Amino acid sequence: MIKQPLTGRLHTPLLLTLAVILVVVVPLLNAFGYISNFTLGNWGKYLCYGILAISIDLLWGYTGLLCLGQALFFTLGGYMMGMHLMRMIGGDGVPTFLSMVGRREWPSFFIPFSSFPFALLMIVFVPGLLAYVFGYLAFRSRIKGVYFSILTQALTYGAALLFFRNELLMGGNNGFTDFRMLLGYSLREDSTKRGLYIVTALLLVLVVAGCKWLTQSRFGLIQRAIRDSENRVLFSGYATANFKLFIFVISAVIASFAGALFVPQVGIINPSEMDTSKSLEAVVWVALGGRGTIIGPVIGAISVNALKSWASVGATADFWPLMLGGAFVLVVLFMPKGIIGLPAQIQGWIAKSRRAKSPEEPSPLSTPPEAIDP
Amino acid sequence: MITRFIPTALAALSLIGVTAKAADTVKVGVLHSLSGTMAISETSLRDILLFTFDEINAAGGVMGKKIEPVVVDGASNWPLFAEKAKQLLDQDKVAVTFGCWTSVSRKSVLPVFEEKKGLLFYPVQYEGEEMSPNIFYTAEAVNQQATPAVDYLLEEGKKKFYLIGSDYVYPQTTNLILLEYLLSKKVPLENIGGGFTKDASGKIISAGKYTPFGHTDYQQIVAEIKQFAASGDACIISTLNGDTNVPFFKEYAAAGLDAESCPVVSFSVSEDEFRGLPASQLVGQLGCWTYFQSIKSPANAKFIADFQAWLAKSTVPGIVKEGRVTCSPMVLSYAGVYLWKAAVEKAGSFEVDKVMEALKGGISFDGPGGKVTSQKNHHLTKNVFIGETKADGQFKILKEFKDVVGEPFLKGTYK
Repeated sequence: MIKQPLTGRLHTPLLLTLAVILVVVVPLLNAFGYISNFTLGNWGKYLCYGILAISIDLLWGYTGLLCLGQALFFTLGGYMMGMHLMRMIGGDGVPTFLSMVGRREWPSFFIPFSSFPFALLMIVFVPGLLAYVFGYLAFRSRIKGVYFSILTQALTYGAALLFFRNELLMGGNNGFTDFRMLLGYSLREDSTKRGLYIVTALLLVLVVAGCKWLTQSRFGLIQRAIRDSENRVLFSGYATANFKLFIFVISAVIASFAGALFVPQVGIINPSEMDTSKSLEAVVWVALGGRGTIIGPVIGAISVNALKSWASVGATADFWPLMLGGAFVLVVLFMPKGIIGLPAQIQGWIAKSRRAKSPEEPSPLSTPPEAIDP
Repeated sequence: MITRFIPTALAALSLIGVTAKAADTVKVGVLHSLSGTMAISETSLRDILLFTFDEINAAGGVMGKKIEPVVVDGASNWPLFAEKAKQLLDQDKVAVTFGCWTSVSRKSVLPVFEEKKGLLFYPVQYEGEEMSPNIFYTAEAVNQQATPAVDYLLEEGKKKFYLIGSDYVYPQTTNLILLEYLLSKKVPLENIGGGFTKDASGKIISAGKYTPFGHTDYQQIVAEIKQFAASGDACIISTLNGDTNVPFFKEYAAAGLDAESCPVVSFSVSEDEFRGLPASQLVGQLGCWTYFQSIKSPANAKFIADFQAWLAKSTVPGIVKEGRVTCSPMVLSYAGVYLWKAAVEKAGSFEVDKVMEALKGGISFDGPGGKVTSQKNHHLTKNVFIGETKADGQFKILKEFKDVVGEPFLKGTYK
């Protein structure tokens, strides 16, 4: 049985406290003016990225599938929400992204997006179906490892090229912007922004709880077994392709919801969000925060993006990509378990130095390796 | 009573002292990409803005207040542009922002500036069809670049026009306007190359040939152009963006085409782009802007010399000092700052509404590219120049159009 690191024992109460802070305390502080709307808006964005990071970790950290296409599912969810928001702008005629290409009427596939439930359904359905079809073909052909990564990246790149085309009638390079209303609330109102933040925080809490439950269930055990040795699981009589397909679709839908909540808070969706660099960046958040844990990727996503917001101003504006790159290198070299693994790592160092000081201790070889390598 | 009054008065006085100190400066936002794909172009605008602020501060500032720049990095990341715009308006409470290059970055920050009632000066040629109450466009409108270029080519006896561009909103819109303009000048449809897309009713909704960003294979397109240009009276109107110009012009030269047989007029290649593009491959090709570094005027000579002197002394971290040139977007950024200064002084206030009213009332600035005047429609009246590329990346000026009025809404106006 795999031993949990130190943080594991503190997990549940700590996570509950964090959840209450994120969902209740922060919005209350904002409502009373202690946290600015700008800060709250940024945190809404970070939390969306946190959800995206979990969806990657579910595949990479728990199933051993390095998917470089999560940004595609994220952006698709964003586009589905964007289509609904564009329909809600109202006014005469069509928005400029259509009039620019000479259209005087809405294309028919936009019409049902006036309905929010329909848009919601599409947020689940479109990325879910794409993941199902792609996953079915890839896993049935037993594509794995680096080939799977390359294929997902190629899929994302192809989709980005498609969305850049103006003929697709999805706004081309500019995408969708200038949103006004969501469910009858003006997106410019502070209360709407706070509401969106609360929904995002709630979704994050739900996703964390759901993924914790899933990964600790029997399903999660098989998931990790697939990661560690797929052939053994296969020979034990499990149809690993189905397990992988299921987790791939789940993580696509999670990423899609993150994208759908990202768009009304940020105010723009366009194909540059599915740029290959975006998928890679999200993988880096996971590595930085701690792969194979649920909360690590969230910490990684929040800390990298907060650093980005903080450092892209003033004197550091020219250097922040270097700072970010430096941080990644340091983490990869010296913190193989990421930020979340740091306490256990420090514990390991302390134990090691104690042993070095007291010669009567048994040799380091007899200490259980889990202490530093959970 | 008096003893109680004195400390209050002292406190009030010290408070005045503090506010007076803070009031000596006015915060101004600079919102450009300093990293990512657009950094090569946009960093030049950051540099020219910082130069302009220093120049104005040395001359006493704006209404006695020194400009305090707040530089943020949009990082070629469009959601980050929106975040940074919010930060400038919400946290830093800047009086005005100078920024953006790509249309998508402008579209990303536009709702933010409208919601928070900010003021943005936008300096780069764009497609028009927009007039936000919170944006002032010092940029070239389509009729300050594309249509004068066509006028020039018609005068030169060109009869056939091939339209090619990168696939995004600026080339698409420009070419649709150019199509209408060419037809209004009695150029028959079969003399307009690049192809058309029609909707179900047969109406043309897209004109010209489009390639994605970063496209490298121009063999087929150039072969088509060669056929199109066989009659000897053709020209190419290019809205190709950035790096794609390199493979395009390579292929164009390889096919035996040159500026003599079939000139190319590019709207996205300025002096600053030649820091990254090989100018030798474009010798003789045309450019059209509202400013060229080669303009011979005392104002321009002083501007270039002052900028170079500022660069030499500059302590901005990471600034490039060698091989620097000036170009139209830089000069329009420069003019924007001076127009804003004049508008603030005319309005007697930093308030956005009043400054915008003053700008709409018409303010002139004699800059390096000649006189520019702000218009009611948030655009500028300015001079337009046609230039020919030289091997050193400079332009030889061939023609000047005086006082061209910027007009953002052009679709359907040429009949």
